[in-house]
Amino acid sequence: MEISVTVNGVSHTSDVEPRTLLVHYVREDLGLTGTNIGCDTSSCGACSLHIDGEAVKSCTVLAVQADGHDITTIEGMAAADGTLHPMQQAFMENHGLQCGYCTPGMVMAATSLLKENPHPTEHDVRIGLEGNLCRCTGYHNIVLSVLAAAGK
Amino acid sequence: MTVVEEAGTQERPGVIGQRLLRREDPALLTGEAKFTNDIQVTGALHLAVLRSPYAHARITSIDVSGALGVPGVRAAYSGADLADEWGAPMPCAWPVTDDMKNPAHYPLAKTQACYAGDGVACVLADSATAARDALEAINVQYEPLEAVIDLEDALSDRVVIHDDLGTNTSYTWNLLVEDHEGAVDEAFAAAAHSVSERYIQQRLIPMAMETRAVLAMPQPFGGEMTLYSATQIPHILKVMVALTLGIPEHQMRVIAPSVGGAFGSKLNVYAEELLCVALARKHGVPVRWSEDRSENSMATIHGRGQVQKIELAADADGKLTAIRVRLLADMGAYLQLVTPGIPLLGAFLYAGVYDLPKAYDFSCTSVFTTMTPTDAYRGAGRPEATYAIERAMDTLAAKMGVDPLELRRRNFIATEKYPYEAYSGLVYDSGNHDGAATKAAEMLGYDELRARQATQNVEGSTKRLGVGVTSYFEMCGLAPSRVLASLNYSAGGWEAATVRVLPTSKVQVVTGSAPHGQGHETAWSMIAAEKLGISPDDIDVLHSDTAIAPLGLDSYGSRSLAVGGVAIAMACDKVIDKAKQIAAHQLEASADDLDYAGGEFSVRGSPDKTMPLAAIAFEAFTAHNLPDGLEPNLEAQVTYDPPNFSWPFGTHMCAVEVDTETGHVEVLKYVAVDDCGVQVNPLIVEGQVHGGVIQGLAQALFEEAAFDADGNPQSS
Repeated sequence: MEISVTVNGVSHTSDVEPRTLLVHYVREDLGLTGTNIGCDTSSCGACSLHIDGEAVKSCTVLAVQADGHDITTIEGMAAADGTLHPMQQAFMENHGLQCGYCTPGMVMAATSLLKENPHPTEHDVRIGLEGNLCRCTGYHNIVLSVLAAAGK
Repeated sequence: MTVVEEAGTQERPGVIGQRLLRREDPALLTGEAKFTNDIQVTGALHLAVLRSPYAHARITSIDVSGALGVPGVRAAYSGADLADEWGAPMPCAWPVTDDMKNPAHYPLAKTQACYAGDGVACVLADSATAARDALEAINVQYEPLEAVIDLEDALSDRVVIHDDLGTNTSYTWNLLVEDHEGAVDEAFAAAAHSVSERYIQQRLIPMAMETRAVLAMPQPFGGEMTLYSATQIPHILKVMVALTLGIPEHQMRVIAPSVGGAFGSKLNVYAEELLCVALARKHGVPVRWSEDRSENSMATIHGRGQVQKIELAADADGKLTAIRVRLLADMGAYLQLVTPGIPLLGAFLYAGVYDLPKAYDFSCTSVFTTMTPTDAYRGAGRPEATYAIERAMDTLAAKMGVDPLELRRRNFIATEKYPYEAYSGLVYDSGNHDGAATKAAEMLGYDELRARQATQNVEGSTKRLGVGVTSYFEMCGLAPSRVLASLNYSAGGWEAATVRVLPTSKVQVVTGSAPHGQGHETAWSMIAAEKLGISPDDIDVLHSDTAIAPLGLDSYGSRSLAVGGVAIAMACDKVIDKAKQIAAHQLEASADDLDYAGGEFSVRGSPDKTMPLAAIAFEAFTAHNLPDGLEPNLEAQVTYDPPNFSWPFGTHMCAVEVDTETGHVEVLKYVAVDDCGVQVNPLIVEGQVHGGVIQGLAQALFEEAAFDADGNPQSS
């Protein structure tokens, strides 16, 4: 099936198998491998990206469902000159990542969270990110990172 | 839950001790970092593995021909089809006893599946989806056999899993240390107080966020093979793949790209790594494999899995006089790389931080079960020991009617006794257990909480307050090679480093450590920056590619800083020594009169006579004017074999509220007091503590790799 999507500001028209998941489309067809796959079951959130500005788990969406939509992946977050997005900067400054595998999904979910709730409490952040799993950090610094980004 | 943090008390000039932000982060935060699955290769075939749905079954027939009819499929193999590919069975590098039983274990089972997830056949196809689809077209006939999931049942040999071994017992390993023969029995006979406890260390699934992934790239005409793998042991893997597949080691290269966590689970040589290399060799094209999460729960090693029996003998004051430990350890279906040694790492820690006389009787019997093989997982044998002794101390305290912290204080090894030779013969370098406990008690509000318990935990109360105390030693910095020899481990415990000052004075640090999330690039650059007196920004850290960093023993067992970091510091010293000879020559001064600070040499007494490292590096490169006989270039290599383990210690305390009607546990407060020695980068240290604490809480409250009676995994 043919789909047309805008990914990180670039238009793509592609022929995809109906069963292709969005995460496989962005990783394999578009070569945007920053979106990581952590599970098969929409449990971990590592593959989170934005569709029309809202975070979704891209392993839960078929590529054909993204037809006509605007997608942002982790590669589209930093400015063109390499300046990190404030959320990326906050994760760096607060040591909100260790192995970094969950990190792109965390950043995408966290930016979406702040869009909905620009001034979250610690509890709001923990609830808002409960669909994103991390095995390294114990979440403490991830929560600090998001609160720091919200304060900026 | 409240996390209490206090800044480190160390005050040092220079780079070490600064909270430098991690240089690894920008690539990881922007998606630029490449994990194994992110490496794009044209023409690669995709491997998929068919796994036994039975925990224990005889394979009566396998017909792979159906898979060959699936579009995109290039080949399909049973275990028997690939039997000629293996020069040796899959490796176990730790034969802990001379008579240890180790069933032959091949990447694909041939006649019998021994756990749910055991590979029995595989497919190569043009795409991962085609390979997966084709698995369904393979016809395997199984004759189900009884599962063995209980360790005591396994020990009984009611069902023997590996017929050729004749028993499920792999080995029994003893450590009996007595001042005189019979000392342990005498101590128990004379004990004023004693406890006898039985604990279950449940199996856990390590569950790194990145599952395993493999890419084998052959050069058919050069005979070389490059293996990319999500591994924490590229160096060991290189040797083991070469040995197992009969590939000349010098033609084998292993690269661990960005690795998304491991916690011990990627300290292994896995079937899929061997399959990808063997099939890439056989087909002359790249072969790749990516584990899905359900596979990861079954086919990547599990951790823990022990029945612990611990007995303490104590005098009237509660001073420990003897400890007896009987472990029953779950090896799982086969022995993986270091499976048998894991429970034995605890053998040296069952006395915790306590001053135990030479009256220690440890024995571990390890058995096969029809479950996923176990191996190293976060702490690997040592947290299990700490759990047992600390919980037994609580029981002893309760029995004596003494406060648990007070009982510990009576038994702590006194600070003035350090360095302290333990019952085991190992020497602990330092400790201040009373200090750590006092600090933790202050931070937690221990006395107030105990007082609150008296009023809150009364008849009829359904919200009970609990206070947990644990003091620990961790045996880190694996390991002195001679100690490993005494434990029958098949390799050494050294680590290698090269420090290379390039002609333009930029520095390369080459390490044999293999980071997978810990921030080694940042921390190692700080060590070299401190030593060389230059900016960390002028230092690059190279690792995890056996062609770039050929010498190394990788990252596990809390060894990377304590062994690998020291090697880097020593290599820097060696570089400075060589640079000094060049500086002395060029400044026409005696090397003894030269001081090195801030990245330059100066002549004592002649402050205007200086030579920066940058100038020396260029002189070393041109070699136009070097001292007679001095080799050009400025680099040094060190292989450091540590004389001892390092022994960080500390006290953790936790306050919880338990709902006695629902069992719900709320963690009210957790405090950690840890002495890990000099903190190279406190930001990173704290991050490691956070992650460790949460994984510990997770084992205590949430996690278990559960199996049903038929051996079906229930936790995937």
